Amino acid sequence: MSDRRTSVPGVPEPAPGSALPAVSGAARGSTLEPTVEASVSEADAYRLLTVRQLMWRKFLSNRLAVLSAFVLIALYSMTAFAGFVAPYDPQDGVSRLSYAPPTPLRFRTEEGDFTLRPFVYGLKSERSTKTFMLEFVEDTSVRHPVYFLEHGEPYRLLGIFPATLRLFGTRDPDARVSLMGNDQRGRDLFSRIVYGGQVSLSVGLVGVAIMVLLGSVIGTLSGYFGGWFDSLVQRAIETLRVFPEIPLWMALSAAIPPTWSPEWVYAGIVVLLALLGWTGLAREVRGLTLSLKRRDFVLAAEASGASTARIVRRHLIPTMTSHIIVTATLAVPVTIIGESALSFLGIGVRPPMMSWGLLLSDAFKVQVIALYPWMLFPALFILVTVLAFNFFGDGLRDMADPFS
Amino acid sequence: MSVRALLGRLASALVTLVLISIVSFAVIQLPPGDVISNWVTQQEIVAGSNLPPATYEMLRERYGFGESLPVQYLKWVGGFFRGDFGFSVIYDGAPVAEIVGRRIGMTFLLVILSLIVAWGIAIPLGIYAATHKNRFSDYLLSNIALFGLSIPDFLMAVVYLFVAVFLLDTNYVGGLFSSAYENAPWSLERLVDFLKHLAVPLFILSIGGMAGTFRIMRANLLDLLDQQFVETARAKGLAERAVIYRHAARIAINPLISRLGMQLPVLLNGTIIISIVLDLPTLGPPFYRALIAQDMYLAGTVLMILAVTLLVGNLIADLLLAWSDPRVREG
Repeated sequence: MSDRRTSVPGVPEPAPGSALPAVSGAARGSTLEPTVEASVSEADAYRLLTVRQLMWRKFLSNRLAVLSAFVLIALYSMTAFAGFVAPYDPQDGVSRLSYAPPTPLRFRTEEGDFTLRPFVYGLKSERSTKTFMLEFVEDTSVRHPVYFLEHGEPYRLLGIFPATLRLFGTRDPDARVSLMGNDQRGRDLFSRIVYGGQVSLSVGLVGVAIMVLLGSVIGTLSGYFGGWFDSLVQRAIETLRVFPEIPLWMALSAAIPPTWSPEWVYAGIVVLLALLGWTGLAREVRGLTLSLKRRDFVLAAEASGASTARIVRRHLIPTMTSHIIVTATLAVPVTIIGESALSFLGIGVRPPMMSWGLLLSDAFKVQVIALYPWMLFPALFILVTVLAFNFFGDGLRDMADPFS
Repeated sequence: MSVRALLGRLASALVTLVLISIVSFAVIQLPPGDVISNWVTQQEIVAGSNLPPATYEMLRERYGFGESLPVQYLKWVGGFFRGDFGFSVIYDGAPVAEIVGRRIGMTFLLVILSLIVAWGIAIPLGIYAATHKNRFSDYLLSNIALFGLSIPDFLMAVVYLFVAVFLLDTNYVGGLFSSAYENAPWSLERLVDFLKHLAVPLFILSIGGMAGTFRIMRANLLDLLDQQFVETARAKGLAERAVIYRHAARIAINPLISRLGMQLPVLLNGTIIISIVLDLPTLGPPFYRALIAQDMYLAGTVLMILAVTLLVGNLIADLLLAWSDPRVREG
């Protein structure tokens, strides 16, 4: 019975999707198995790898994690070079194109000829003979080829360098390529998503950076010193954690004064998410510190007269780095979801700033969803980012423990 | 859990309770201006009427505006013992206790039902995945679980709204009842209507819990299946079913109970945010409206009640664990 076979201890079995045989399993099983020679020599071969090499192999063997890493790199570079990737200025609306649907990229002409260079048709609005509503109709008389790496409207690369080079675009400003449609004011949704990613994605990184700083310092000190400081910190953490996080985020975010400028609101939200989010990391680090501080290498450092600051900095924190990185990676999507949810509900970042949650809030009306379903595209970006971070973090977790 | 440990736990919870009320009070105090002035302004705009000065003075006296923060805090907390949590601006000065009382039942109902759905589906799947380790089905389930864990509740709700509009009912605008049954008394038809509307929000709500429960159940059971008592049970000649269900799975459930305290906040979070998006009659929508309108007594009280719920939930989880795990009970 295969159920039984797979669960008998001692039989070596590879972890799911892993190229590595379980070394400890092989060692245990070797007394029973006829393939003693094979498993021992295999174990020897792997012992030659350094820990770092082992970790790399472990990470690369998790295909979803590797794929996610590439997706994340692509998303972050897209937003870093937003001006280059986005074909239009995100605030530049063409009222004629209010709620115009995505323009399909075409490769086949009306005559049926295939062209390698994609082209689009311009849009004109016509009153429908059935519903008497204005409808967008493609003007198939003129083809507007899409050119790559063309000079278009000026923008500032990375917010500093003036540039005009754009990844793609048409030469006729009247025929726009809107890969993901247009919003109410006729602004290109794709450009807005690309720029909105700057807020959505950076909130995760900046917020988590603050969290890591707070969580690891407070957690280490509280675990290392114990005593009243520890009780105080534990009590504070317990109180913060007993509040459900989204309502608490909402309550504090709603208290940000409406008079603040959008940049300050953004900073306020990042700080708020970080101040409420460090507790999980602090708990984990405290637990690790408690188990580490009885270990010989810390006792040896103490005995040789190292100061507390040195022990924490040189011995405790480096030992915990991999755990902190894994926890931090998995905290990024939570922070991104937090900002998206707040902005979606209208108590997060404010226009003219854009974030994916804020863009999605434009779709938060039944009529809009029914008539202009492309307004849901920002949801796809949030979803892909969160998934990628979770799969990536999962891969890192396996990587942090290369001997399992 | 000995009586002594239980008392200690209760005392600690009591301290946390006080801290919760302080944080909630801080939330009430955060926005500029006080609640009464806001209400007076609103009354003047909406009703065009001025509040009688006597009422105004009475309210100021009752909630201690203009006095120091500790006095205000004590007056606010003192009201709890008389069932007075302040009044709401957006509900025309109705007592907060009344608004909250009307909706708290549905909130808990959703949380508890989604917990039952999550466990009811995830535990059998976890057992299945653990007993079919490294098979394709295990791999598939594990990845679906990670996927389910990643989807934010509010996105699911938006997507559901999208699906509901396109596929189900073009007039659907949220809520748990069709308009015909909105204010009707309970009857069989109303119950059927309610369950039809409830099913999908409940499912959305359970997905996160399901994914988490599944992962823990699978990992726990895998650990346990490697242990000697399982081997012994097999050696005795017990049927595989009995080994798994009566010996291993029975124990693998314990960590789930101790994680109940961590799972409840997730479900409560989901309930609140899904309720806001789909306009379900829970505490979510009034909380959201209160925050937007800076109706702080209502917002602060809801926040506090949610926190207290979780505190009580944690206590119950501890008691349940003591009941199901003799080691916790004795030691």
